[in-house]
Amino acid sequence: MRNPLYPAVAIGVGIVVLLGYFLQIDLLVNVRIMFLEWATILVGIALLVGVVNLLIVHWNKITSEHPNRYNSMALLGGLIFTLLVVGYFGPTDEVSVWIFNYIQIPIEASLMALLAIVLIYAGVRLLRRKPNLLTIIFIGTAVVILLMSGPLFGIDIPGLAELRIWIGKVPAVAGARGILLGISLGVIAAGLRILMGSDRPYGEN
Amino acid sequence: MNGLNLLGLFIVLVFFGLMIGVTILARRREVPKLREIPAFRRLDRAIGLAVEAGSRLHVSLGRGQMLSRQSAIGFVGLSILDRIGRSTSISDRPPIATSGEGTLGILSQDSQRVTAKYLGVESDPLRGRITGLTPFSYAAGTLSFIEEEEIGANLLIGSYGNEVALITDAVERKDGMTLGGTDNLTGQAVLFATAQEPLIGEESYAGGAYLGAGRMHNSSLYVQDILRWLLIGLILLGAILKLFGVL
Repeated sequence: MRNPLYPAVAIGVGIVVLLGYFLQIDLLVNVRIMFLEWATILVGIALLVGVVNLLIVHWNKITSEHPNRYNSMALLGGLIFTLLVVGYFGPTDEVSVWIFNYIQIPIEASLMALLAIVLIYAGVRLLRRKPNLLTIIFIGTAVVILLMSGPLFGIDIPGLAELRIWIGKVPAVAGARGILLGISLGVIAAGLRILMGSDRPYGEN
Repeated sequence: MNGLNLLGLFIVLVFFGLMIGVTILARRREVPKLREIPAFRRLDRAIGLAVEAGSRLHVSLGRGQMLSRQSAIGFVGLSILDRIGRSTSISDRPPIATSGEGTLGILSQDSQRVTAKYLGVESDPLRGRITGLTPFSYAAGTLSFIEEEEIGANLLIGSYGNEVALITDAVERKDGMTLGGTDNLTGQAVLFATAQEPLIGEESYAGGAYLGAGRMHNSSLYVQDILRWLLIGLILLGAILKLFGVL
């Protein structure tokens, strides 16, 4: 039998938070803030659970002699080392900040650099996979924006700068607004389905 | 109480009323079929092929924060995970979900547990994995997972930025299939260029309806369409009035 408690709690809390957002009634607003504070604490705990999950997955790889176990060892070693350092010195100490500035940021920056290459390659692949008008417009727009985003060896192509500004102000904004309106409708629909209990991403379905 | 808040509440109530109305109407008479979205037709085929080939399906839920607007797309991803779990019940390799946020990770494990209970099979909590907690660490963790597993199709339904290109590239290298939708504009542009089956705008929220998640999913999709046409009409009316100097 379905447990009615989960949906009752989810629907009740959802309605109070929604009404507290729209109606500025003190009681509703205060209860809404209290629920959000509870949720923030739960999200923090969920983050810790996430770290434990990551740990278990990689520990299993190490103990099962997985081919990529050395990567998992590096990950676990890094995790434990960072936890110890930040736990001992505190998150704002210069040692902790050093780890962030000289290990975390360079690794993420190198992935960002890799991303640039991946995207150029994806553009070429897109032309091969879907050689249609929409793809040509997409790639053409990206090229125009890229060309005018930095100095072009002192070369000035007449009309290109104006074209870039026009693209940025008219079709890009119109397209973005259209997509955002669609997303907003989707968000309302998803939220209402949860409020009505038809979508239950928790407990028993 | 300001007018904008009341307008917001009014829109939500209209949406709610229309959803109920369309659901009641759908019980009494036949409603038109959902418009075709090629990505979902291809997903159906990919699910069948994955079951036949004994390969796994991967549902990537992104890294949407549960206390923000991004939670909606995360919930859609969870609905899809649930439907896919049931569709692949005869497969000996159930789907695996990856996420980049703690709450989403827990919910994905819970969703798989419920599906396993419904199917009467044993559930493995590690089928809901958290692969990283920052955008790039999530992408890096997910792409190593894609490299290691034998995956038939990848569904990327969640909140992503441009880092999603690293995931789609890893899929492409393994000749896999990617269906991707996100609520982030940059992520959408990247997915349009890199995913085999990109979902644009509200299409990302339609997954449940196309995978048979229930009547309310279909109703909400019809209401989304009705309100979208209404918005288009209002925008055009505003533009015409502005053109003639009325506004």
